[in-house]
Parts: sequence; C-alpha cells; structure tokens
Amino acid sequence: MSAIVSLSKVSKSYTRGKQEVVVLRDLDLNIEEGDFAALMGPSGSGKTTLLNLIGGLDQPTSGSITVAGQQLEKLSAKALARWRAEKIGFVFQFYNLLPVLTAQRNVELPLLLTKLSAAQRKKNAATALQIVGLEDRAGHKPGELSGGQQQRVAIARALVADPTLLICDEPTGDLDRDTADEILDLLALLNREHGKTIVMVTHDPKAADHARHVLHLDKGQLVEQVHA
Amino acid sequence: MSFLSLVWAGLFRRKTRTVLTLFSIIVAFLLFGLLRSIADAFTVGVDVAGVDRLIVQPKYSIIDPLPISHASQIVHAPGVAMVTHADWFGGFYQERKNFFPKYPVNPREWFAVYPEFRIDPAQLDAFERTRTGTVVPAALAAKYGWHVGDKIPIEADIYPKKDGTRLWEFDLVGTYDTPSGDSSQNGSVFLFNYDYFDEARQFGQGQVGWFVVRVADPSKAAEVARSIDKLFENSPNETRTATEAEFARQFANQIGNIGLMMGGILGAVFFTIILLTGNTMAQTFRERVPELAVLKTLGFSDALVSLLVLGEAVLLCAVGGAIGMGIAALLAPGVAHGIKDILPGFEIVWQTVVLGLAIAVLLGLVVGAVPALTARRLRIVDALRER
Repeated sequence: MSAIVSLSKVSKSYTRGKQEVVVLRDLDLNIEEGDFAALMGPSGSGKTTLLNLIGGLDQPTSGSITVAGQQLEKLSAKALARWRAEKIGFVFQFYNLLPVLTAQRNVELPLLLTKLSAAQRKKNAATALQIVGLEDRAGHKPGELSGGQQQRVAIARALVADPTLLICDEPTGDLDRDTADEILDLLALLNREHGKTIVMVTHDPKAADHARHVLHLDKGQLVEQVHA
Repeated sequence: MSFLSLVWAGLFRRKTRTVLTLFSIIVAFLLFGLLRSIADAFTVGVDVAGVDRLIVQPKYSIIDPLPISHASQIVHAPGVAMVTHADWFGGFYQERKNFFPKYPVNPREWFAVYPEFRIDPAQLDAFERTRTGTVVPAALAAKYGWHVGDKIPIEADIYPKKDGTRLWEFDLVGTYDTPSGDSSQNGSVFLFNYDYFDEARQFGQGQVGWFVVRVADPSKAAEVARSIDKLFENSPNETRTATEAEFARQFANQIGNIGLMMGGILGAVFFTIILLTGNTMAQTFRERVPELAVLKTLGFSDALVSLLVLGEAVLLCAVGGAIGMGIAALLAPGVAHGIKDILPGFEIVWQTVVLGLAIAVLLGLVVGAVPALTARRLRIVDALRER
C-alpha cells in the first residue's frame, strides 16, 4: 500500500514571549492508505500539533508534509481550505457541533461547499446519519443529544463529504467507557468496512487497542511504532 | 439548508438579545420613516407653489409687518397684474391642538389672486358683506362639523382685541374647494375679513404680513420682483420679493431648519443604534469564535466565514429596517389624517422607503465590518485552543 500521509524532516516551533518552544523536531512519518493509526504520548509531546499539521490546520516551521498526494506547504490558505473540505474529515474531543443547527443540518454543513443540489445534500446527510445509527435523531439539536450521540453526529459530519482521511483528536476523551467503546467500534467499522484511513490522537490505551498501528511521541519525536 | 439559513440560524443563537436588538432597529427605522416624511412634507409645500405668483415680504424678517399702503405702489409696478395681502393670525379653535392657518384677507382680491380656490359667487358676496364673516375649505368644515350660519370662536395668541379680550367670533358664510392634490398650506386656510380684523385688533393697524402679487407674464417674474423691491429701497419698510416656494421655505424655517432638526434627531438615533447593534454583533462574535474556527476547519474559506459574519449583521439590520419602514408606511395614513391641517402633504413616498432600506444595509455593513474582518483573520489552531 502507498503512504497517504508522509512527513519528512518536519519541525514545528512557536515563539512564546522571547522564547522559542520546539514542539516537533525533524519528524519523519508515513501512514499508509487504509491504516487506523493511534498517536499516543504524554501531554506536550506534540500529538495535537502533529494532527493539526496533517489536517492542514497549521503549517510546519520546516520540512515537508504530503497528504493524499498534495504537498500542503505549497498551498495558499484558500486552496488549503478547499483541500480540507474535499480530503479531510475532522472529529474533535468536544464534538464542536453548531448548537443552533439540528443534527441533520450539522452533518450537511460540509456539503454546502460542494455543488450538490439541496435535495442531494439532504439525502447524503441522512445517509451519513444512518451509518452512525442516528437517523431517528436527525431533527434534534446538539443540546438535546447525549455526548455519545453528539460524537456520532460529529463523525457523520466528518464522513459526509466522503473524505480520504479522518482525523480524530481525542474522540472519546469526553465520554464514559461504554460510550467510548461504541465510538471506537464505529471508527474501527469505518476503517474496516468503508476503507477510511484514520489518524487518532488519544491518551487512552484501550482506545489505542482499536487501532492497527500505534505511534508514540515524546518531546516532539517519534519514539516507537507498534503494529497491532 | 442554504448559506442564508445558516446566517439566520446564527442570528438566533441568543434569541432574547437578538429580538431586543431587532426591536430597537425597528423603532429607529419607524422614526426614520415618519421624521423623514415630515421633513419632506415641508418641501412638498415648497415644490407645489406656483411661479406665476410672487410674495412681497419684509426684507429682514418675515415677522416684521409691512404697511398696507405699499399695495397701491406695488399694483403700479411694471408686470404686476393683481395684488392682495394677508397676515398670520395664529390662534386656535377650542383647544390648542385644533390648529389650522388663519389669514385676514380682502375676500374678492384673495380669490382673484388664487383662482384655483373655487367658491360659490353668492358665498363670496356674503363673505365680502359680512364684517365678521369667514370662509373655510370644505374639508376643514367637515372635520369640525361646521355648517354655514355657525358661529366659530377662535382664541387669539398674537392679536388681542381692543377691549383686551382674546376671543374672536366669526360667522361661517361659505366654504371653498381646493384643487385635488393641493397639499400646500394655502389650501387649508381659514379666511376672514381684513377690514374687521384691522379695526378690532389692539395694535398694528394699517399693517399686513405680506403681499401676494400675480404677475402678468410668469417668464418675467424675476424682473417684476426686482422692480417691486426697488420701489421701497432705502425706505423704513424695505421688501424682499420672492416666489411662493421661497416664501414657504422661509415660513417653515421659522421653527428652525426642519431638515437639519430631523437630521440631528435621526443622527442621534442611528448613532445609538450603531453602538447597540455593534455591541450585540461583537458579543455574538466573541461567543462564536470556536464555531467559526470549526467552519474553517471544515473547509469554509476565510472570505466565506467573513461574509457569513457580515451577512448576520446586514440581515439583522435589513430585517429590522424593513419591518420599521413597513410599520411607518402602515401608520402613515393615520398620521397624515391627524396632521393634515398643520402639515398637509405628509406621506411616505417610495424614495423614503428605498432610502431607509439602503441605510439599513449600510448600518449592517458598518456594525458587521469589524467582526467580519476579525473572523477573516481568525487562526483555526488558536481559536480551537480557546474551546
């Protein structure tokens, strides 16, 4: 299989006051198409920064990042936004749904950027909700749903535009064990049955058990790779 | 779902706050619709005045009187076909709110100079014959339920009678019709005999407020005006002759520059609305920073997110403006009816509605500009970290 995510000598540093803080240092990484990779490591190890770079939300200080065949540092902000809309689906720890919109409309959001008709957008959103098992909650607003249900809506939103890569930042961090397991089973299903490549940041070793491939980061460097 | 419904949904994130802001915008535009139309009504009076008549008034202030003897000289000025005079009586009928213009005039001369006001010849004769006679527009008589033969008491506020009393009693001897569509002040005047007025008033005998001159050839009105003013140059009672339009404008300006006053009030209203709506939009924006970052994460471009934020401000102001102007338009006929004697010609014209809506959109652009610009510059990573 070919690498869908490829990082070469990637460094990322921030300036905090007069001090430069190095978050990632000369990182090389390949994630293959169809993989379900878990990124683990202590707080401040650079997991979320790495996820943001792969998702095109941030730019590296140096090095090169290629995702889904596109070298990200060469894209303008506008082109990068378009690329994210087409290629990446995001799942956050705190769901990040728009509270004023129903589940159906939250899922439909990414499709507003496509040329699909209103009817087709509605149909695709309904299908995505069906995949995550929430078709009967389409008319509910986030405030009327449980945490697990909200995260399923967020996953449906991430899926609806049929992205190449799903990026999940602590997707079970705000959920109880049973609900977390349901979400992880759903992600594993999407990886296994729908062929979605998934990169997931987690602190939870049990969550990492659902992945095919676990990457350990420490102090901005990859220290271990474990294949399931 | 469309972008518009996304913008609409965003507006009602905090329903109470949005409804209160919307309410204040509605009130602002309701005021705009009514005040602007009041200012326009003064101009309407100016615009309909004819150019075949000239008004001779005191040179320095229209509240100064002119001697009636000027008439005998004016009538001989080249180009003058007819001349008559009038004065501002003031006063009210029963209560101060029952106000309408009242002029002491020479009956026959007045209707000769204003042939568009039609009166039954027999009633004109009666008007001339009856010392205390009055004729009023038919609409004014209908409004107060007056009939020919009624005695109409008028409480004076400028001219007391020689015995010191302020109650003047007039006998209604006829009514006159004004041309349909005439919204000028002259079309709503309570007319009575100058001779009776001049004899009975406590002071100012032999004086008038202004002269109305009918010119033989309207194309030479400017020359006629100059020649009349020349007659009284360097006299104690110099004149300034102008068109009726100019006279109407000066009359309106007695209570101040109407346009400037209305502009000042509306300026204060809109300044407050900018602060209020701007504060609402800024608060809404601050609360929604993480949501906007999520939109950007999903692939919404900086420009699109910026437009959505701007769209909320414009939509809020446009909806408020449209409702406010709509209510003003609905209220206008009632207001016009209520003030038709004081300010005939009041109506909300489509230009005012269009101007109101344009101001509403502009208001939205102004209050939405800063949040929109900030949204455009929002960095996803920083904004998501705030969550």
